[in-house]
Amino acid sequence: MARSVMKSVASMKLGQRVIQLLLSLLVLIAVTFVIGRVLPTDPVGTLVGELADPEAYAAMRARLGLDQPVLVQFGHYVWNMLHGDLGVAALTGNPVAEDLWRAFPATLELATLAIVLSMLIGVPLGLTAALRRDTWVDQTIRVISLVGHSVPVFWLGMIGLLIFYAILQVVGGPGRIDVYYEGIVPNVTGMILVDSLLAGETDIFRNALTHIILPASMLAYAAMAYITRMTRSFALEQLSQDYVIAARAKGVSPAKILGRHILPNIGVQLITVAAISYGSLLEGAVVTEVVFSWPGIGQYMTSALLIGDINAVVAATIIIGVVFMLLNFLSDIAYTLLDPRTKEAA
Amino acid sequence: MSAPSMSHTTEGALSKRPNIAMRFLRHPFWGNLAREPLGLTGFILIGLLVLVALFAPLLAPYSPNRQVLSDALSAPSAAHWAGTDEFGRDILSRLIWGSRLTLRTVLSVSAIVGPIGLIIGVVAGYFGGWTDTILMRITDIVLSFPSLVLALAFAAAIGPGLNTAIIAISLTSWPPIARLARAETLVVRNSDYVSAARVYGAGHLRLIALYVTPMCIPSVVVRLTLNMAVITLTAASLGFLGLGAQPPAPEWGAMISAGRQYMIDYWWVAVMPGIAILLTSLSFNIAGDALRDILDPRHDRS
Repeated sequence: MARSVMKSVASMKLGQRVIQLLLSLLVLIAVTFVIGRVLPTDPVGTLVGELADPEAYAAMRARLGLDQPVLVQFGHYVWNMLHGDLGVAALTGNPVAEDLWRAFPATLELATLAIVLSMLIGVPLGLTAALRRDTWVDQTIRVISLVGHSVPVFWLGMIGLLIFYAILQVVGGPGRIDVYYEGIVPNVTGMILVDSLLAGETDIFRNALTHIILPASMLAYAAMAYITRMTRSFALEQLSQDYVIAARAKGVSPAKILGRHILPNIGVQLITVAAISYGSLLEGAVVTEVVFSWPGIGQYMTSALLIGDINAVVAATIIIGVVFMLLNFLSDIAYTLLDPRTKEAA
Repeated sequence: MSAPSMSHTTEGALSKRPNIAMRFLRHPFWGNLAREPLGLTGFILIGLLVLVALFAPLLAPYSPNRQVLSDALSAPSAAHWAGTDEFGRDILSRLIWGSRLTLRTVLSVSAIVGPIGLIIGVVAGYFGGWTDTILMRITDIVLSFPSLVLALAFAAAIGPGLNTAIIAISLTSWPPIARLARAETLVVRNSDYVSAARVYGAGHLRLIALYVTPMCIPSVVVRLTLNMAVITLTAASLGFLGLGAQPPAPEWGAMISAGRQYMIDYWWVAVMPGIAILLTSLSFNIAGDALRDILDPRHDRS
């Protein structure tokens, strides 16, 4: 009895969360509609040019549907979007959706490597800080993550390029791969690291790795700051629990307490942190990509920004926004499904 | 030992409501701060930044826009402590004047976001029910937006500039404050002193303004201070992408962007403004941490 009641409560919360996600997506689309169609002073002018004759201007205006009421325009906007039509980019002349489809894997590859690196370093650092609380170790880790929290990533990227690429020449420069390797590997996933492995081209894989390692590390450092802080405070919370004190009193070694007791208990919380960080990494990639000439969504968006191509800007915003919201959604779901405590609470 | 605590409770019972100003002044905060070397450093750095911004005309050795093309791209020296940029402008002077732009952005955003978040959070928490549901649903939706990207799109649509940057950053940074204020409100809403005031006939407005809101202010201030670090970085990113204050304004992010092409041979052009941004954002973070440790003992230091 009680079990089924709890289960229905949990599924109701899931339903609520789905509704909230859909609502958020709708509001995001509405906001981008306002940004793309209502705010710009003259969207037609940017497309046809200022000196276009009135007839061409009117034709373009009609083609964009700007002569219709705003609500009708919004309806069309949503309708087109549901069909994957995000308009045409002035920059490339291609449909924006096509451009984004090409650019997204590059961003995904960068952000994914960054999140893996930042979790691999951030979680152990956070645990160490918690175990060595208030010692010089803790203080050092605190300062390292404070700096990571405060540094402009794009600036750090430029310094990284100066030191590791220009001076020491240990990493590849801007771009995803050296020019003479370009276009060799067949495009399967769009992620060069994966594609080169699939094609068995280890040279290209190694070359791509030297290119991605610097931007990924820079992004990872910024994300690591947050992960370390959160891991530390989660672990501290556990360390003060009775079961840990009991285990300690029994003489269980700290390493064992960590591995057997603390990590499993904070695992779910860490998944949430990872999802949040992943979302902010995708965002952070926007500016980092500019510094590293990384051909992802960020660079696409910023070059569109500079020429006032509002279609492309809005579409990129939507893509990043959707992924961002989905990540938050998945982390919430994971939290509810994996953590038995949330079910009891409900 | 029991005497001070006795007097404390009588005092608490007699005073009509907690007086936030007195609480602030008598707070052991000031003593605690002296024992927190890192936190103290943060406050001192912020103080220095404010002084630099206030007295920029006196402190800057040169005019921020004075171009001496024969001195272009000269390395840091006794004449130009931070070197000169591609137009021969003194970088230190530009950094000093630029601190005004950074502070203006940070303070403007905080002044917009703090009250909005506070009001939404307190009203939602105080009234509960549908008001709460609707306000918090909106808050959650905005919270789930990618703020930097949305700020970029917004700035692109209405045209770049310092005010655009301020509005764009404000649009998405109020939700965490609203959530915090709501959580605090839920804690104090049913406490005895609020009930007592209600029995005495205090109206909603009076209760909210004088009894509930003051209790939320300490944690909102902590959050705002930590937020200032994020604002500094976001503003620098917008400036870097050309969407903040426009040239020749000495905006730090824009200065980094301008120095990018000279990075290999003339590193100081881009490195110096980055140090300014790092120090500013670092001081806000450190100060915010110290404030939280001291004002808000319920939260463990993290």
